[in-house]
Amino acid sequence: MSVLIYAENAGGTFKKSIFEAVSYAKAIADQNNTTLTAISIGQVSAAELASLGKYGAQKVLNVSGDKLKNFVNQAYASIIAEAAKKEGADVVVLSNTFSGRGLAPRLGVKLEAGVADGAVALPEQSDGKFRVKKTAFSGKAFAIVELNSANKVIALIPNSYKVVETGGTAQVEDFAAATKESDFKAIIKEIVRATDKVSLPDAEIVVSAGRGLKGPENWGMIEELANLLGAATACSKPVSDAGWRPHSEHVGQTGIAVSPNLYIAIGISGAIQHLAGISSSKVIVVINKDPEAPFFKVADYGIVGDAFEVVPQLIAAVKEYKASA
Amino acid sequence: MKILVCISNVPDTTTKITFTDNNTQFNTNGVQFILNPYDEIALSRAIELTDGGKGTVTVINVGEVSTEATIRKALAIGATDAVRINAKPHDAWYVAYQVAQYAKTNAFDLILTGRESIDYNGSKVAGMLGELLDIPSVSIIKKLDAGDNEATVEREIEGGKEILTIPYPFVAGTAEGVAEPRIPNMRGIMSARTKPLVVVEPVDIKTFSEIISYETPAPRGQVTLVAADDVAKLVNLLHTEARVI
Ligand SMILES: Cc1cc2nc3c(=O)[nH]c(=O)nc-3n(C[C@H](O)[C@H](O)[C@H](O)COP(=O)(O)OP(=O)(O)OC[C@H]3O[C@@H](n4cnc5c(N)ncnc54)[C@H](O)[C@@H]3O)c2cc1C
Repeated sequence: MSVLIYAENAGGTFKKSIFEAVSYAKAIADQNNTTLTAISIGQVSAAELASLGKYGAQKVLNVSGDKLKNFVNQAYASIIAEAAKKEGADVVVLSNTFSGRGLAPRLGVKLEAGVADGAVALPEQSDGKFRVKKTAFSGKAFAIVELNSANKVIALIPNSYKVVETGGTAQVEDFAAATKESDFKAIIKEIVRATDKVSLPDAEIVVSAGRGLKGPENWGMIEELANLLGAATACSKPVSDAGWRPHSEHVGQTGIAVSPNLYIAIGISGAIQHLAGISSSKVIVVINKDPEAPFFKVADYGIVGDAFEVVPQLIAAVKEYKASA
Repeated sequence: MKILVCISNVPDTTTKITFTDNNTQFNTNGVQFILNPYDEIALSRAIELTDGGKGTVTVINVGEVSTEATIRKALAIGATDAVRINAKPHDAWYVAYQVAQYAKTNAFDLILTGRESIDYNGSKVAGMLGELLDIPSVSIIKKLDAGDNEATVEREIEGGKEILTIPYPFVAGTAEGVAEPRIPNMRGIMSARTKPLVVVEPVDIKTFSEIISYETPAPRGQVTLVAADDVAKLVNLLHTEARVI
């Protein structure tokens, strides 16, 4: 038995969420006294691949090739499943990214494995049981899922496990996996990336605004604050419904669930559906002119005040703090 | 075009989530169940794509008889007919397997699911169906344009989007942006009563996962309020006390 982690790259490099997933997978390998292998698919430099060793991967399987330059769900799933079989891995760990969420179920079927998506903690293993804590009810609760199958697939939520440097080194090996023609039916025509923006699902700080901002023309200060903090921007549902912001920024029960270290909510009431998607944020700051806004009940810090006065002051204060730091 | 839309029956979004039996059972007492909001989007797009006699939309649900109100709602929104696989939806694998069995004997051009259900948030059924039927699957799509032989979809990726073409048949998990959810009108509600709803018995399979208990998030402490004219103090607290900046 061993553990396999799929190290997804973003444009040739690994993000922090992958180091978290490698650290997490290493801890599972340690729990079971076994080894950790990472698999990377696409075009990643040798040095970048070897860097996974720092977080506990002993071996890195490198799969590359023209057809595999970009993420192809079916083909990637076939390759990861084949690597799992070759390595004798009975636990496969992924990061719960958009791609990870497409891969995990396909891998589950290929490996006849129970799948724990949305995992937020290390598995509890005792008496031969394997139990994983995952988010449920859009963050309003957690469920403890027992995986009864011999093989297991776990998708870890970004920001829910710490990065642990073990200081090890990894052996990088090329891995040639067989793929079928039918794995490539979906064809990527175009990838549009907003390179200057922090991506919302794995952001450590999120600056979010709601209908209290009155209109899309007022988002300049939200973006400025986010830029200063290295944060991603987000919004409430009515804001994206009105077309003020793209749907990809909508957080909540029917939007994206986020778990940043810091969530700043500006002019958002704190409806139960909004809170559902942000409740696992570590620290919540609320700025709202209504002292009765339900958001204050879940906030760690709050300012009762008009966003149009408070946010510019906040921007100035952050600038001052940055200048003195 | 023949479209199959998978629908699930979930607690209303305003539900306060509580548990019974030593936190091993979800407390359904007083909970209103609804059509999963993402499935509503999938269904609405399916109806748009087949409007004007361009095809049929079958909705399928794995659920006990209590889910029929939700199935009728889907019919009222405009689905052509419905199938209920008569079983408790044990987990995503169980649901996907039952739906795949049905889809194998009734060829569909397109299978739509919501990106995830708002109760267990697994986002697994679409991918599992794809694998079980050996066809492409694409998750978390924001846009779906259907051509004659292939569809063009927009998939969300971290910090951007990806545009793909996929030949039929395939499975897609839809999110916001794909369609505006439709509201049933009077005619829809009346006709839903007489539209076909077939009940199919499940196949017996082994399952791989089981929820054994639940936890509710730890309650948060009191909010620390900072005066609106002392914003620097907030920045200071975030740095020294919360240590997040
Ligand atoms: C099925 C369903 C699913 C839903 N899913 C989601 C979801 O995923 N995410 C989501 O966000 N919502 C969701 N909602 C909507 C949710 O119920 C609320 O309507 C929504 O969150 C409210 O957004 P808001 O707080 O931006 O707007 P509002 O409710 O209009 O609140 C605006 C807030 O801004 C404050 N404000 C106004 N002016 C100022 C100012 N100048 N300075 C400071 N504060 C100001 C007000 O005091 C108020 O608290 C869903 C609803 C349904 C029915």
